[in-house]
Amino acid sequence: MTGALALGSTLDLLAYSPPGWGANLLRGLWNSVLIALGAFGLGLVIGTAGAYGKLYGGPVTRDLLAVYTTVVRAVPELVLILILYFAVTDVVNQLLVAWGQSRIQISGVAAGITVLGVVQGAYATEVLRGAILAVPAGQIEAARAMGMPPFLLARRITLPAMLSFAIPGLANLWLVATKDTALLAVVGFGELTQETRQAAGTTKAFFTFFLAAGVLYLALSLVSGVIFGRIEKWARRGQPNVGGSGR
Amino acid sequence: MSRVAPHRIILGGIALAIVVWCVFALRWDWLPKYLPLIGQGIWRTVWILAVTTALGFLLSIPLGLAQAAGPWYLAAPARVFCSVIRGTPLLLQLWLLYFGLGSLFPQFPWIRESDLWPYLRQAWPYAVVALTLSFAGYEGEVMRGAFRSVPRGQLEAARAMGMPRFTILRRIWLPQAIQRALPTLGGETVLQLKATPLVATITVVDIYAVASRVRQDTFIVYEPLLLLAVVYMIITGVIVLAFRQLERRLPSRVA
Repeated sequence: MTGALALGSTLDLLAYSPPGWGANLLRGLWNSVLIALGAFGLGLVIGTAGAYGKLYGGPVTRDLLAVYTTVVRAVPELVLILILYFAVTDVVNQLLVAWGQSRIQISGVAAGITVLGVVQGAYATEVLRGAILAVPAGQIEAARAMGMPPFLLARRITLPAMLSFAIPGLANLWLVATKDTALLAVVGFGELTQETRQAAGTTKAFFTFFLAAGVLYLALSLVSGVIFGRIEKWARRGQPNVGGSGR
Repeated sequence: MSRVAPHRIILGGIALAIVVWCVFALRWDWLPKYLPLIGQGIWRTVWILAVTTALGFLLSIPLGLAQAAGPWYLAAPARVFCSVIRGTPLLLQLWLLYFGLGSLFPQFPWIRESDLWPYLRQAWPYAVVALTLSFAGYEGEVMRGAFRSVPRGQLEAARAMGMPRFTILRRIWLPQAIQRALPTLGGETVLQLKATPLVATITVVDIYAVASRVRQDTFIVYEPLLLLAVVYMIITGVIVLAFRQLERRLPSRVA
């Protein structure tokens, strides 16, 4: 009983205007979405390059990419974030000092996007590699036989044809990206989880605030699910519906 | 494949050189002093991983079954549970349980007087509960697909032979579903391992927390993190090999 009462009386702490902490939570959510978008985009770029490297690269490229994807997928994101966070800051500053510039403090958003992007890139490499392999080989061979240059081939044939195979995996990766932004709270960056912890720590209404943040994350992932459903339907346009999983 | 490609020898040489450089150029003098603590940390990480994976898998069977074949009043809650677990970050779930519930519990006198109270005041039960629920949520989704993918004819044949429903589940349905879920189960276990360092944020002293303590005590930045990465890679390797062995022992027909 007292628990329910305590929960009810702390609900007005979620109000948008200053006595409430709603604005802080929404700003945190905005930061989370921003980092997730950046990391997902960077991951897609790394993943596309990585998938092409793994499929068509020389033996050295393939081995190095195998090391990259294996290591990133075996080490916890939290540890990677710490290592990359310190390493990236260190390398950038040493380069700046070598060029005679002064040291800078890397912004949390940039560091977060870089670090999560490198992690996402490893998973995206595998997703896109599988999707490219699923494209019927005859289509790519036909384009090559017509004398299509590699970039045009990728743009017109391979990438559009593999999109429908890649979308489910990429949707998963996007959800992972939104949830991984929470890990940046451990480095002290002001995304949703960190803002929530601050609000909860100040007001002592831990349960209310973490529950509210959970609802925000859940809403984000549900909306993403709907959007990716639309994208998948669009990517599959013109393909015959082969029974079975009607998601 | 007995002959090693020449570029592999060169790459291996470079890797070896990097390892040797790491061993000699970086600071490892703190290692002997913290070795017992590191051992305890690894043990606790492995222990949490094993317990939460086992409990989470047991919980995922009813979750998957309810979604695959249950009536709507069982399927709907199971689906909501899986969506909520998969739609929110584990870190937030962990903090909700530990800080949120942990701050509500002391308000109830009957909880403080119960026999469970000494456990509820420690951090590890919250860590185990959060990680177990998380694993169950992700694996429940996998088991739903696995239960659905068992050919209907086999279940109908068992029913036609007059087998009781629970025996069908135990002898026909569950073994085949587990066999189908096994490759994903290995991957999920590795993901679970990668989730364990989060428990360090609620004061459970696993290997990650030990490394953080070393960094705080000695102000060394990279070396404890490198050690951490190596430890996790070794555990991942063991998990992958173990599941490969397990898969090899089960008979399977590749169509």
